[in-house]
Amino acid sequence: MPLGDLISALGSSAALDAIRVTAETNALAMVLILGFGTPAAYWIARRRGAVRDVVVTLVELPLVLPPAVAGIGLLVAFGRAGLLGDTVDALGIDIAFTKVAVVLAVTFVASPFYLRTAVAAFEAVDPTLPAAARTLGAGEGRVFLRVMLPLAKGGLGAGAALAFARGLGEFGATIMFAGSLQGVTQTLSLAIYEQFDLDFDVALAISALLIAVSAVVLLSVKLMSRWHSGSGSLTLFAASSRQPT
Amino acid sequence: MALRVRFTHPLRSFVATADLTVPPGETLALVGPSGAGKTTTLRIVAGLLRPRSGAVAVNGTVLLDTEREVDVAPERRRVGYLFQEYALFPHLDVLGNVRFGARDRARVDELLERFGIDHLARARVTELSGGERQRVALARALARDPALLLLDEPLSALDAHTRAGVRAELRELLHSLALPTLLVTHDFEDAATLADRVGVISRGRILQLGTPAELVSVPADPFVATFTGALVLGGHAIATQDGLTEVALESGFTAWSADHAVGRVNVAVYPWDVSLGPVAQDDSRLNHITAAVTSIAPVGNRVRVQVGPVVAEITAASAERLGLRPGATVTASFKATATRLFPANGAPATLDEKG
Repeated sequence: MPLGDLISALGSSAALDAIRVTAETNALAMVLILGFGTPAAYWIARRRGAVRDVVVTLVELPLVLPPAVAGIGLLVAFGRAGLLGDTVDALGIDIAFTKVAVVLAVTFVASPFYLRTAVAAFEAVDPTLPAAARTLGAGEGRVFLRVMLPLAKGGLGAGAALAFARGLGEFGATIMFAGSLQGVTQTLSLAIYEQFDLDFDVALAISALLIAVSAVVLLSVKLMSRWHSGSGSLTLFAASSRQPT
Repeated sequence: MALRVRFTHPLRSFVATADLTVPPGETLALVGPSGAGKTTTLRIVAGLLRPRSGAVAVNGTVLLDTEREVDVAPERRRVGYLFQEYALFPHLDVLGNVRFGARDRARVDELLERFGIDHLARARVTELSGGERQRVALARALARDPALLLLDEPLSALDAHTRAGVRAELRELLHSLALPTLLVTHDFEDAATLADRVGVISRGRILQLGTPAELVSVPADPFVATFTGALVLGGHAIATQDGLTEVALESGFTAWSADHAVGRVNVAVYPWDVSLGPVAQDDSRLNHITAAVTSIAPVGNRVRVQVGPVVAEITAASAERLGLRPGATVTASFKATATRLFPANGAPATLDEKG
C-alpha cells in the first residue's frame, strides 16, 4: 500500500475524530498522572514498612489486572449502578461512556508505569543530598523542588514516556467503561478495532501512526538520557540503580 | 557561642550516649572505628536524627530538648555540616552549590575567592579533584554563616598525596573561624592535628576525653592506647621489685614497667619510645628485646621496624645507619617508664596513682 494512500486514509473522519479524542484524553490523563503521581511517588519513596507495602500493592494492581477486570471495576465504582453512582448521579454527572470515562480508564491503567519508575528514581537519589539541603536552610518543599526533582528527572521522564505509551494503546478498560462512540470516546486503539471490519486501510493507517508515535517516544527517551548522561540513570528499563554509598 | 549536646540513642547493637560541651573556637574531635556512633552524634546536632532522649543547645538557644518537646527543624538550626564525601549537588555547578544556602551574593563571592575556587564557579562538581570538592563543600557550609561546624571525616575522601596539605589548610581555617566545631574521624593523627580535645569513642560510648597529649601520655584503657598508636602486648605480671613490675610477655620475652599490676595485664608502649641498636646498652633503659627484624615499613619520613613482638618507629636515616634488613638480629630497647600496664579485663591499673 503506497504511503500516499495511508496518509489520505488518516484523513477519514473516523481517524481524525480518534486522533482528537486520543490527544485530549491522553493529555488530561498525563496531567493527572504527573500531578498526583509525582508527589505520591515521593511519599512512597520515603516510607518503609507495612504501610508502604500496602500502598505499593494498590498502586501496582492495575499493572497485573486483566483490562476487562479494570473496566468492570471502573464501572462498578463510577457507573450509574455503581458504588459512587448515586453520588455522581445526584450531582447530575454521568461518567460512564463519556470522555471523562476514557481519561479515568487511561489514568487507571497507565499510572503504575509512571509511579513505579518515579519511586525508583527518587530512591536512587543519594539520601545525604536532601539531608545536606536541609542543613543549608531548605525546607521540605524546597528540598523537593531544588534537589529531588532535578536529580530524579531522568527517571521521571522515562516513567512518563512509559505511561504515555501504555495510555496510547489502552483498549480493554476503555471499551468496557467508556464504550466506542466515534468523536466522543473512540480512541485510536478502539478505532482500529472498529475500522478493521469497515475499512481496513484506515485501520492500517492508524496502526502505522501509532507505531511511529511509539518509536518517537522511545527515541526521545534515549536522546534525553544521552543529554543527561553526566547525571546517570535514564534508560527505560533500568531507570535507576542505587548509587553506592 | 558554646555547643552543648547530650543524648541517649539506641543503635543496632548498642546504645550511643554522649554529653559534650564545645566552647567557641574549640575543635572537639570524636575518634573511633566506623560504626562507633560518631556520625550519629553529628546527625543529632544537625537535627537530621532525633535521639530517643537528649538535648542540643547552641549559645543558650535550645535546638532540641526531648523532654520539653522542642525539636527545631534542621533548616532552621544554622549548622554548617561538611558531609563525608562532601554531598555536593551533582546537578548544580560550583557557584550553584555554594549559593544554595547563602543569604547574600557578596558572601558567596567572598567565599569563592577565599577558598581559591572563583575560577571554578561554572565548573561541574563532578569534574573537580578531591581537594577542590572539599573546598566547595566548606564554602557551601560557611555561606550560611553557621553558628557551629560539623565535620564528618573531612579528610578521608582525599588521597594520601593531598591529605597532608589539606589538613594544614583546614587547621588554619578552623582556627580563624573560631566557631565551636565537632569533628569525627577514624584517624587519631587527623584528630590530634585538627582538634584541641579528642574523645575516643567505641560502641557508642566516649571512653576518654582529653587533649591529644593527655590521651597519648595517660591512655585510660588498652583501646584508647591502641587507638592513639600504642603497641599493646599481652602478658602476666609475675613479680614486683623495687617498685617495678616484671611482666612475662606472651611472646616469651620479659618486660619491666614502672606501673603496678597483678595477674593478666596488657603492656602498652609507643613505637616512638622504642629505640634500636646492635647490642643491649647498659643505660637507663631497662627493657631489651633481642630478636630478628621481621618487617621494615616506611611511614612518611620514618620507618616502622617490627622486632620480635615489638614495633620501633625510627628515622629513615637511623635505619640506614644501622643497616637494618629483614632477618638481621637487633635489640629493641625502651624505658620501664615508657610503658603503661592495664589489667587484661578492663580498667586502667594505675590511672589513680598517676593522678
